[in-house]
Amino acid sequence: MKAGGTAVRETAVRVVDVHPFERQGAYERLRDGLRAYRLITAMWIRSTMAYRASFAMTAFGNFAATALDFAAILLMFSRVDRLGGYSLPEVALLYGVSGVAFGFADLALGSMDRLGRRVRDGTLDTLLVRPVPVLAQVAADRFALRRLGRITQGLLVVGYALAVLDIHWTPLKVLLMPVMLLSGAGIFSAVFVAGAAFQFVAQDASEVQNSFTYGGNTLLQYPPTVFAKDMLRGVTFVLPLAFVNWLPALYVLGRPYPLDLPEWVAFAPPVVAALCCALAGIAWRAGLRAYRSTGS
Amino acid sequence: MATDGETAAPGGEPAPEAPLIELDGVEKVFDVRRRTGFLRGERRQVRAVDSISFTVRRGEMVGYIGPNGAGKSTTIKMLTGILTPSGGRLRVAGLDPSRERTRVARRIGVVFGQRTTLWWDLPLIDSYRLMHRMYRVPDARFRENLDRCVELLELGELLEVPVRQLSLGQRMRGDIAAALLHDPEVLYLDEPTIGLDVVSKVRVREFLRDLNAERGTTVLLTTHDLTDIEQLCRRVMVIDHGRLMYDGALSGLHAVGESERTLVVDLERELPPIEAESARVVKVEGPRQWLAFPAGTSAAPLVARIAADYPLVDLSVREPDIEAVISRMYAGKAVS
Amino acid sequence: MGTARLYAAVAGSGFRRYATYRVATAAGVFTNTVFGLILAYLFIALWDSKPHLGGYDQAQALTYVWVSQGLLMVVAMMGGGFEDELIERIRTGDIAIDLYRPADLQLWWLAQDMGRALFHLLGRGVVPLLFGALVFDLALPSDPLTWLAFLVAVALGVAVGFSIRFLVALSAFWLLDGAGVAQLTSIAGIFCSGMLLPLNVFPGALGEVVRVLPWASLIQAPVDVLLGTADPLGTYALQAAWAIALLAAGRLVQSVATRRVVVQGG
Repeated sequence: MKAGGTAVRETAVRVVDVHPFERQGAYERLRDGLRAYRLITAMWIRSTMAYRASFAMTAFGNFAATALDFAAILLMFSRVDRLGGYSLPEVALLYGVSGVAFGFADLALGSMDRLGRRVRDGTLDTLLVRPVPVLAQVAADRFALRRLGRITQGLLVVGYALAVLDIHWTPLKVLLMPVMLLSGAGIFSAVFVAGAAFQFVAQDASEVQNSFTYGGNTLLQYPPTVFAKDMLRGVTFVLPLAFVNWLPALYVLGRPYPLDLPEWVAFAPPVVAALCCALAGIAWRAGLRAYRSTGS
Repeated sequence: MATDGETAAPGGEPAPEAPLIELDGVEKVFDVRRRTGFLRGERRQVRAVDSISFTVRRGEMVGYIGPNGAGKSTTIKMLTGILTPSGGRLRVAGLDPSRERTRVARRIGVVFGQRTTLWWDLPLIDSYRLMHRMYRVPDARFRENLDRCVELLELGELLEVPVRQLSLGQRMRGDIAAALLHDPEVLYLDEPTIGLDVVSKVRVREFLRDLNAERGTTVLLTTHDLTDIEQLCRRVMVIDHGRLMYDGALSGLHAVGESERTLVVDLERELPPIEAESARVVKVEGPRQWLAFPAGTSAAPLVARIAADYPLVDLSVREPDIEAVISRMYAGKAVS
Repeated sequence: MGTARLYAAVAGSGFRRYATYRVATAAGVFTNTVFGLILAYLFIALWDSKPHLGGYDQAQALTYVWVSQGLLMVVAMMGGGFEDELIERIRTGDIAIDLYRPADLQLWWLAQDMGRALFHLLGRGVVPLLFGALVFDLALPSDPLTWLAFLVAVALGVAVGFSIRFLVALSAFWLLDGAGVAQLTSIAGIFCSGMLLPLNVFPGALGEVVRVLPWASLIQAPVDVLLGTADPLGTYALQAAWAIALLAAGRLVQSVATRRVVVQGG
């Protein structure tokens, strides 16, 4: 029954010469991609768990390395009371939210910056002969649970900030906390994917991606009042990193926005994240198509 | 409608009326940029594959040969859906690989000699288990295929070894098994014996021959090693400068290639290439020189001529082999 | 004379090796510039809150940012120099071949790393500093002698950085997975070199300690020589002491490791 159905569909497809990407629906592709992603990550997790001691050590290392950033902030606050007009707990909230959002994206897509190398050494071709989306395979490659260290560290800092800060909580603010973490992860994920797509064109340029991912994360750890107006415009309207934590967190803190933005922008992150992911998806498609037509 | 060629059961009756692989005027043009100065560069177009047409029936075993850069790998990449053709029509099992990459991927197996499709840091068996799920192979079928490959390719001891610790020959066998776990209708092999030791080569060839005979799997292989072709393929295609130069039986190559014999001359000392009307020097190595002359003519006048003009020490005549025939074909093409 | 030429050639090859990756170099310069911008504004805010923090005025703090961004790759702060290759050679056993070469293992890699550092100084160091000087008011000296003194401190810093990474790489002789050690030293390096925050801003006893650790030689020391906030000779003395001590330690470990390889038969 199933075989017959497939054959009929294939026959129909052959008659009508449609656009390449309409043959397999977006829904099917997404489903196949997520399934493949799950399969590959499960394999890496199994293999990681075979060496538990090593996993524990590298996860702690990941935790400690990210904690150093915060140690530097603590050092700064040992010498000053306010940074750009913000107190330590307020900066901690910004820091923690950005760290967690970035941590999720890094956990899910942290191997994407290896794409350029894959193009150079030709191993990308081996992914193209498998019956699952390439994006899922590249994203899941070398899936590393040790990156949970960064997420844990970020969550601890958020916990500290929320415990110390005297926030006037409303239902909207409570709701905004998880929404901001997830949307932020979505925005950073889009940056990871778009950066990888750029590597189809410039294979040695993985560092450019780093400056937007790691650099973006560093930027967002500090209050927006520290930075120049042009930089704020850039990360609000061009590469909308400001929606990861600044705008929603400033709403929670009851602080004024930069650039005189209206109040509702605090609730825009899910929409911004969806838009960024869509654009990154298009960029990825374009990059992969360019690769398949040039072969390099 | 639902029972045309592609739905024939794997390993079942071949469907001669519908070729499994069809290429009609397929082209691939690359833009190549070359650096000519610090910041300057020039662009030019390279026709890697230039209007190639052929068909392969189910169950055929075809050799696809040519020198480096002739367009072999580019053709394989188009057949597997890695690259999109610039022009022409290409079908594998009735599907267009560039547009239906994932659907085609389920029905083909690919082995790259130079790089592995296995997960480098993980044990072989992990890669196989993942392929099992990724290709949605029924459990019983997977077991059966895996057991068969493990037995015939002698992989039993290697299954728990991380791929990066395998020798080249072991890895190649592992790769071939990986390409066959989902019962592909066609198996593409890009240089499957490159860098292998003699024993491994023999084992791989035996396995491929059995696979083709017992399962009817269609095999298309590119190779540098003409022994692969001689031992495996009844049909051979020769490509050079992106063009199909020859498509037919292996035995027919000699006739087409305007066979030449080679006269190997040892002189007393190193000398400039010998000048003779009826022959040309193809190679010089110290005092030894190789002269090619048409297979139809006698060597005697040539030998007499050389003996008269040059300090001759020793000489021998070599009969044409395939390699020479093919290189002659290329040479002929380059001149015309 | 012959050996000097050999090591010069090795250094040259180290230089050329990195010089071939033009796109990667451009991308790296971009990254250093982005991080430089972020840190520059952060430091402006810090020094606005507390002028003369750590004894720097604002212009000096900004100079610190841009010079340190330029030096990050030169002293290979975050790794990425020769050590990955050396670890790989130890792991695969190819090191046995290196040990029987006429060239000395440590000097060979030192020469190579010096070549790399020179390329990174020119390719990765100059542009971010120029960018910083164009956009911000920096306290760059006009006296060529100060620049020369700075370059000497940079060279000593590279030597210290090399000797730390050489020891890390040699640990691969004993440890199955050198990643842990590399990670630890990289963390220590990031924190103790003054890459995140100048070491003279570190408070109290912590500040006293980090300022005499070897990592202080990498970035803090050269920048202070350039800014004129430290006595060059005293700085050199500390740097040279660390370089000699760590290179000697590396030599000792190397000889122990060599005996091990010889005993095991390669």
